[in-house]
Amino acid sequence: MALLEVTGLSTHFATEAGEFAAVDGISFSIEAGKTLAIVGESGCGKSVTSLSIMGLVGPAGRVAAGSIRFDGRELAGLAPAEMQALRGKAMAMIFQEPMSSLNPAFTVGEQIVEVLLRHRPIGRQEAQALALAMLERVRIPAPAQRFHEHPHKLSGGMRQRVMIAMALANSPRLLIADEPTTALDVTIQAQILELMKSLQQDSGTAVLLITHDLGVVAEVADEVAVMYAGRIVEQAPVAALFSQPQHPYTVGLLGSMPHLDRTQARLSAISGQVPGLFERPLGCSFAPRCPFAVARCLLEKPPLMEMGGQHRAACWLAPLDADALVPQASERALA
Amino acid sequence: MNAPLLELSGLTKHYPVRKGLFSRISGSVRAVDGVDLSLQSGQTLGIVGESGCGKSTLGRLALRLIEPTQGRVLFAGTDLGHLGPADLRAQRRQMQIIFQDPYSSLNPRMTVGQILSEPLRLHRLHLGRQTQRVAELLHTVGLAAEHAGRYPHEFSGGQRQRIGIARALAVQPQLIVCDEAVSALDVSVQAQVLNLLQDLQQQLGLAYIFIAHDLAVVKHIATQIAVMYLGRVVELADTQTLFAAPRHPYTQALLSAIPLTEPNRQRQRLLLAGDLPSPADPPPGCRFHTRCEHARPTCSQQSPTLTQQDGHAVACHFWRDIKAPIRAPNAAINTRLQRLQSAFVT
Repeated sequence: MALLEVTGLSTHFATEAGEFAAVDGISFSIEAGKTLAIVGESGCGKSVTSLSIMGLVGPAGRVAAGSIRFDGRELAGLAPAEMQALRGKAMAMIFQEPMSSLNPAFTVGEQIVEVLLRHRPIGRQEAQALALAMLERVRIPAPAQRFHEHPHKLSGGMRQRVMIAMALANSPRLLIADEPTTALDVTIQAQILELMKSLQQDSGTAVLLITHDLGVVAEVADEVAVMYAGRIVEQAPVAALFSQPQHPYTVGLLGSMPHLDRTQARLSAISGQVPGLFERPLGCSFAPRCPFAVARCLLEKPPLMEMGGQHRAACWLAPLDADALVPQASERALA
Repeated sequence: MNAPLLELSGLTKHYPVRKGLFSRISGSVRAVDGVDLSLQSGQTLGIVGESGCGKSTLGRLALRLIEPTQGRVLFAGTDLGHLGPADLRAQRRQMQIIFQDPYSSLNPRMTVGQILSEPLRLHRLHLGRQTQRVAELLHTVGLAAEHAGRYPHEFSGGQRQRIGIARALAVQPQLIVCDEAVSALDVSVQAQVLNLLQDLQQQLGLAYIFIAHDLAVVKHIATQIAVMYLGRVVELADTQTLFAAPRHPYTQALLSAIPLTEPNRQRQRLLLAGDLPSPADPPPGCRFHTRCEHARPTCSQQSPTLTQQDGHAVACHFWRDIKAPIRAPNAAINTRLQRLQSAFVT
């Protein structure tokens, strides 16, 4: 049985203009020890997905439908106190900006101690020893000295290591990492990804990685879900997603990235932009930007369909056949 | 070869660090420290490096938006340091800048039309037909004439960056400094803006200084690349050469740190230890020696100079002894994917 099983999750937000679905009926699962990456661009709902699982959507949002089963237990509708007992213990989260997730008024050591004391029946001294051990585990140089320093004294990479130490302090079974390396320079990103991989191997923690960076996905994920306008449009094991993408959005996303090995005269940019929250089309949300879209795409929303080999795509034309597909200029003009 | 459009020599910017009750100067941050670079018209010079390496400061120095501590900027043969305010303003018509954040670089109280006609007014260009010119500019960057009446908040990030580009183009410059111009954009929109910048360069013969931390983006757009580390250029070569045979250990580590979009590809990864030292207190000798696995005693004593061989310049005492990491063979070309992607190219 999967450690985390999300089925038909919809998360709605109330705005002055009415309620909208930031996440619109998505399903996925993660096995213990595995990494699932959710990838997509701004506003696709990937962060809201992670916040929904953690019970952190805030007062304007609500989980409107669906089930979130963690280790066999339903999280949707769980009382706040029960969620609190889980957060920081069985499931933990790290965010993009380590500076704003750490408390500037306390030393990094104290903050890790607090997480430990909150969830474990141990004394302060024991907690301090464990916190120090965590700082060592995330390979912070001179940990005994850093223990007594405030976050502002640390570099971005060091702060992210502290965040990871805090998140893993209580040996969570699920770690949600929301853009964990986006704010970091590329050489520091490489260090942090390496660290996360090795810690995961030791502990068997399942990781849900939220990112916009396909390079990071290729480095660390076992499985990938691509989100667009609140829905999963494609889901596959990582190798299959990159070598045999079946949704036009994934194809376009891969083509938008400059390639390191090859010289390209032009990037295959996706024209247009993501539809506004209240302008989502009747049919497939990607149809207005899709070069292959036919009439059906504009009228009917495609469900996520099985393509074989645990590869799923939400596209009426999938599996995409490069020989048979013709760019549909006229349909696009209509849209 | 023609005389370069832009020539930077010995360009240096030190910021004083003040401390204590009377704000005494206690030291200086060497943001840019003795940089020599040149750029031909119609070409793109990429400047890469991590946070704090001085790449943005260098871009601003090149336009004399900030005053250098030392050094000289020649633009089309004119020494910018010798120009008075009026002459400098006239000269700025030839040199424009696009910023990273499309949200904070446009005045929210002005319509797009006002934003685009302001530079025309300042430089007394297209008098009497400024409205037409604004419409032309909007068209050039892929927006429509009716957008002129709207305010910046009505546009998406990518559209705002197009407005920023149109504003830079308004005065028909020869050089545009793009300072992390696509970094804040989503990847699909980033590709649109990169394509636009390339089209404009071809049509208008623009030269770009393209400052970015994303090496793949810089590789795509630049003809020549300078790699900076703690205020200095450590390597300078044309793009193909730099990526095929990086000489400086820092460049090698930087290249190997870029995540590849090929999950199963094996390669030799060089992980740099530690963090960037503070530019207020850079290490003596070669500034990279504290993180360099090839460092020898000389490296902490003597600062290497940027020396050129076969058109490829590197600032490392021992580059001849350092082997570039083994590059994984290029993955087989995925023809299906390429054919599908060709449908997107517009």
